Amino acid sequence: MSDADKLSMFNWVYTEKVKEHFTDPKNILENPEYSEDGKGMVGSMACGDQMLVLIKVGDDDRITDIKWRTYGCASAIASTSVMSEMVKGMKLEEAYLLTPQQITKELGGLPEHKFHCSVLGDKALRAAIDDYLERQGRENPFQHRIAKVVCECKGVTDQQIEQLVKEDRASTLEQLQEETGLGTVCGKCKESAEHLLHDFLHIYGK
Amino acid sequence: MNNSVYLDNNATTPVDPAVARRVSESLDLYGNPSSMHTPGRQANRAIESARGEVAALIHARQSDEVIFTGCGSESNNAVLNVLFSPKLRQSGRKRFITTVIEHPSIYELDGMLESRGIEVVRIPVDGSGLIDLEAYRKALNEDTALISVMAANNEIGTIQDIPEISRRAREVGALVHTDAVQAAGKMSVDVQTWDVDYLSLSAHKIYAPKGIGALYIRGGVPFTPFLLGGHQEQGRRAGTYNTTGILAMGEAARLAREQLDEESRRIRTLRDMLQEGIRERIERIRINGSIEHRVPGTLNVSFLGAEGESILLYLDMEGISVSTGSACATGSLDPSYVLMELGIGAELAHGSIRFSLGRFTTEDDITCVLEKLPPIIQRLRRMSTL
Repeated sequence: MSDADKLSMFNWVYTEKVKEHFTDPKNILENPEYSEDGKGMVGSMACGDQMLVLIKVGDDDRITDIKWRTYGCASAIASTSVMSEMVKGMKLEEAYLLTPQQITKELGGLPEHKFHCSVLGDKALRAAIDDYLERQGRENPFQHRIAKVVCECKGVTDQQIEQLVKEDRASTLEQLQEETGLGTVCGKCKESAEHLLHDFLHIYGK
Repeated sequence: MNNSVYLDNNATTPVDPAVARRVSESLDLYGNPSSMHTPGRQANRAIESARGEVAALIHARQSDEVIFTGCGSESNNAVLNVLFSPKLRQSGRKRFITTVIEHPSIYELDGMLESRGIEVVRIPVDGSGLIDLEAYRKALNEDTALISVMAANNEIGTIQDIPEISRRAREVGALVHTDAVQAAGKMSVDVQTWDVDYLSLSAHKIYAPKGIGALYIRGGVPFTPFLLGGHQEQGRRAGTYNTTGILAMGEAARLAREQLDEESRRIRTLRDMLQEGIRERIERIRINGSIEHRVPGTLNVSFLGAEGESILLYLDMEGISVSTGSACATGSLDPSYVLMELGIGAELAHGSIRFSLGRFTTEDDITCVLEKLPPIIQRLRRMSTL
């Protein structure tokens, strides 16, 4: 987050862009009869965030419409809202590869402990695309290209870890943390990240 | 828009105009209260008078049983330091009994205490936030050095039966502390009928500024100074006296004592009006904490299907200030531990809002909340997955 974004948060809790999408969220699902082509739901009420994303897909594999519902805080609502605006008109492939960082960037930044809100947004979208392709009986051609988020707080993916291993920049969890900040906020991912790190070290004979 | 409806008095209170005047007057009392000269003696006299007011608020026998601290958290920390006093060390007692809903300045110290050889026992609470007296009785033994139970909880307002808790502790010869930060000014606080050895207070919860607290230490009980290197407070707390803070707290204590009955009646009526109004207007809610044993100004409500931080921020845009037990507002991914200990489940904890009324809350404030809140909840529920 830039200094300007941080400063703008003194005026409100989050950036002006988050405020805009929180006070006037776009593309909320209002019609109970809405007939979607694909549907995805992620998160849980118990965790404090839950997102439902419905998409309509045109003949040329473009997302023609998107509707959503979110149970969650201001940044969760704003993340889903801004994501819905970003992907409307997008090709499925591009939408599937949308990253939490892109969503966060569009919002002008989110505080560190709120990053997982944007992670949920893109997860829900991907779940909806998966569902669409399944309903169509089509293979998912994008799945293998998608980076899996390992650390939700800092948005570190398996592909990033793989890259760092390949480049000899990380061979221990501590180095990985120094490079990416992984596991330095809530720490929940440290164990799985270490496993992954060892797998990659093994694969690349490091 | 300025926040005109302030319903977060359990977090902190606005400064009472009479207290503000006292703050202003105190600035002329620049002499070091420990000095022998006239300006020093003048400041000292004002401080001793303020000490008397704080002692009167909690019905202490002697005003020198009250020392001033930097805040309620310091008072709480200082009491736990008693566990390491030579007297208690010699007695061999090393059990410390507390509850699962204490303020972090007690709650989060268990690791430190355990690393220094103290056995910490936390007593659970029931669904209304009252401690399990049976579990408490069982936990008490001859090895018990100290009990610490908060008189009233900050989040849900539940009042514990301190006299009964003390009575049981006496049977095994344990010392008793109560954190009365949220009780003072809201209900009668009496160190004699409660029979406690230590009691913590904070000034900014009773309409004085931040940065000043007090600790009652019953005459003759063990105490190990927490802040060292000075003779102040009869050697119980080093550091130059905070004349301004102390005078402010003294004035606040005087006002709290004089207005207690009338004020708590008035605030209770408004709180009940808010509670019933919400019940009538909004479905799928839960009132958290004890209805019967609760300080007058606190109302903690969970709204199913609406998340607390979102409610808080929408209310803030309407000029209404409240707080929430939602994870999103705590900066972690976990909701309030106090609400979780009630067993209401994470879902309801995430949707909790605490309204805390105070001296300057008016009927118009309540009317305003009852008008603005229902559409906010409705709006959030409409965009919610539930």
